[in-house]
Amino acid sequence: MAQTRPQPTDQNISEALTERVRRATAESRPLRIVGGDTKAFYGRKVQGREIQGRPEEIETLSTREHRGITYYDPVELIVSVRSGTPLAELEATLADNGQMLGCEPPHFGTDATVGGMVATGLSGPRRPWAGSVRDFVLGTRVISHEGHQQRFGGEVMKNVAGYDLSRLMVGAQGTLGPITEVSLKVLPRPGASHSLRLEMPLADAQAKLAEWGRQPLPITAAAWHAGALHLRLEGGPSSVAATRERLGGDELDADFWTALREQTLDFFSRDDARALWRLSLPHNTPSLALAGVQKADLLHDWAGTQRWLRSDLPADIIREACARGGGHATCLGSREGPGQPDPFMPLEPVVAKYHRNLKAQLDPKGIFNPGRLYAEL
Amino acid sequence: MNILYDERLDGELPAIDKAEVLADLQQAAPGLTLLHREEDLRPFECDGLSAYRVLPMLVALPETLEQVETLMKRCRALGVPVVTRGAGTGLSGGALPLEKGVLLVMSRFNRILDIDPDARIARLQPGVRNLAISEAAAPYGLYYAPDPSSQIACSIGGNVAENAGGVHCLKYGLTVHNVMKVEVITIEGERMTLGSEALDAPGLDLLALFNGSEGMLGVVTEITVKLLPKPETAKVLMASFDDVEKAGRAVGDIIAAGIIPGGLEMMDKLAIRAAEDFVKAGYPVEAEAILLCELDGVEADVDDDCATVRAVLEKAGATGIQQARDEAERATFWAGRKNAFPAVGRMSPDYYCMDGTIPRRELPRVLKGIADFSEEYGLRVANVFHAGDGNMHPLILFDANRPGELEQAEELGGKILELCVEVGGSITGEHGVGREKINQMCAQFNPGELTTFHAVKAAFDPDRLLNPGKNIPTLARCAEFGAMHVHNNELPHPELPRF
Repeated sequence: MAQTRPQPTDQNISEALTERVRRATAESRPLRIVGGDTKAFYGRKVQGREIQGRPEEIETLSTREHRGITYYDPVELIVSVRSGTPLAELEATLADNGQMLGCEPPHFGTDATVGGMVATGLSGPRRPWAGSVRDFVLGTRVISHEGHQQRFGGEVMKNVAGYDLSRLMVGAQGTLGPITEVSLKVLPRPGASHSLRLEMPLADAQAKLAEWGRQPLPITAAAWHAGALHLRLEGGPSSVAATRERLGGDELDADFWTALREQTLDFFSRDDARALWRLSLPHNTPSLALAGVQKADLLHDWAGTQRWLRSDLPADIIREACARGGGHATCLGSREGPGQPDPFMPLEPVVAKYHRNLKAQLDPKGIFNPGRLYAEL
Repeated sequence: MNILYDERLDGELPAIDKAEVLADLQQAAPGLTLLHREEDLRPFECDGLSAYRVLPMLVALPETLEQVETLMKRCRALGVPVVTRGAGTGLSGGALPLEKGVLLVMSRFNRILDIDPDARIARLQPGVRNLAISEAAAPYGLYYAPDPSSQIACSIGGNVAENAGGVHCLKYGLTVHNVMKVEVITIEGERMTLGSEALDAPGLDLLALFNGSEGMLGVVTEITVKLLPKPETAKVLMASFDDVEKAGRAVGDIIAAGIIPGGLEMMDKLAIRAAEDFVKAGYPVEAEAILLCELDGVEADVDDDCATVRAVLEKAGATGIQQARDEAERATFWAGRKNAFPAVGRMSPDYYCMDGTIPRRELPRVLKGIADFSEEYGLRVANVFHAGDGNMHPLILFDANRPGELEQAEELGGKILELCVEVGGSITGEHGVGREKINQMCAQFNPGELTTFHAVKAAFDPDRLLNPGKNIPTLARCAEFGAMHVHNNELPHPELPRF
């Protein structure tokens, strides 16, 4: 059944983690929950309340020692992993079995963990075609605020018993509690892969992508930047070969997609003092009217539904433009300092109210990553 | 095992005067259609789980969002429970009315608001039928992937409430994977948008939470779904086996070969014979099991995959393999499977359809267990199985006119579900918990987990007015039904309220 070799580093410390949560609840002491701490830049700083003019002391709860694959059967297309397991270790095991994570998650460092992938919910270039992290989560084990280990979902593809708390944990940034284990659906690696580069203006690329989107083409990544559309074709050898012939273009090194995913392309350079913005927009959204933004300041990934922007424009200008287009904007990697915009777009008042209600129910003492997602959560 | 709402176990419901509620609603929402006479209420007394019927206090058939808003606000003010109903095809009693509640019927919201072929999305009112979405998208070469077997009649609003599946889930996902955005009206009458036409939205993933929440967190008033390009071609292979276990192993072998079929279905001997008698699909009636494997995609790839699957099936010991020669034969092969439920219905006065999921590797053990239960209870069980994703639909044959036989069938069904949980599966893959599986929830979740579910409910509906009694059992119910471990006659969490 299990096709995985236990690693010497495997260990289950869920009892110890649970005890820590129990104590934190008893003492009303907030916890900063971390895995490899590679994605700290994505979100707000964990911040306790001010008590008598002083910020609350915050303890770090690390899941890193809680690691190992607990179940993997390639034939079932399901893997269960402790949250502290390095993402690279999981991906290597899947690759040994001809499989992969369909959401192609970014690592942002060698220490990236599976728990961090789930907590941030960040997906890579394949996302529009294969699905996001949340789409591949089948089950989670979490620690409740009372210090109970709880299990939602499980190691089955279909499960509609109870509310879908597993998927709710994805992207919650630990604000609803620490994740100790996740079960994921995995996919077979494609039989063939070919990447190509087509010189064309942005407008043409947008038109082409809309046209191709209605056809059953084996596209699994599409990014436009600096006058060229970059495409990845994956699937059966026959269809990849036929599409390659049809589209032509220059061959592109597949490393481009890793560099795009990991933000190591020049576009993402930390030397650029301007803030890095992530714009999430519906398919086929025309270029946003943002004063002073040049084409070179934008990188269109996900067939234009995820656009990276370098800009010093005020946050509300960028956010309003995205909202008018039916999307939202996240500010990442702006250099730390006072006056930086909140990373995540403010929520509509009614939606915000139910966020607060949910947080109050699942974390009444506010001990799980307070402030990480929004100041009031 | 009576699953009707029991105030002693499921929580007290307010005692309200029907005439008063009717007068209040008529005054607050003058144009709102309200049914109150017994003969008008009768058609709404059950959903697809027709063994259980309850006459609702009132039926509301709103046509505007303002009417829904007003209804929610008044019901909240009066403390009247609201059960929301779509097309009423659900199989788990999720829309079973309450004697002391209003049944909110969303069927008049039946318009397709917009189809955007370039963005590949459709914006829908909740009463739009599942199949109507694909029909409307067809001129653009697009379709909506989830296809529950009731897709001719079931509505997209109900699909969201139940997180409906179908035969193509392994490759294309459930409803939750195909819904991008919903508009909601809360119990307080507020409007709220969850999700986005973009691929993600800021904040917690409340959209995922609402999918499959069985109308207990809010009322969904509009749904935006993603549309997919129709596969260039789809081909079906049918393999027969002289042994169910071999067929089960062949399923794993196909996946192990790196292929994800569009559909992968298994039927056992009783189901094969029933289907063949009914639709003459050309099934091999002497086989112990058949597999239907549909491969879809680009023509060239599908041909390659068909060759691979054929080789895998041969190696797995298939006694016969047939590939549908054309579209007509493909439709015939599927007709047998898609009509399996009514086909089994012809063999027996009544049948009870189960919906457990299991890790596929446990199939032989579970089938053996089902066969043993079948013998023990003296009731026949036909097995239809979404083999690709481990979702079983055992059909228990019984005769409700024989005293006690319905109860026997339900007890047998309960044992099957508990066996699914025991092997690491779930009591429901796609039909939902509703009222039907309320007791089995106690076997799948411990008191702490159930308490977390109740906390989620309280965040959206603290007064328990939205579809009370469905989906999540009270701890009192679990204590009563024994699945919960009670030590020294002390309930776990004595501090918690027992509804």
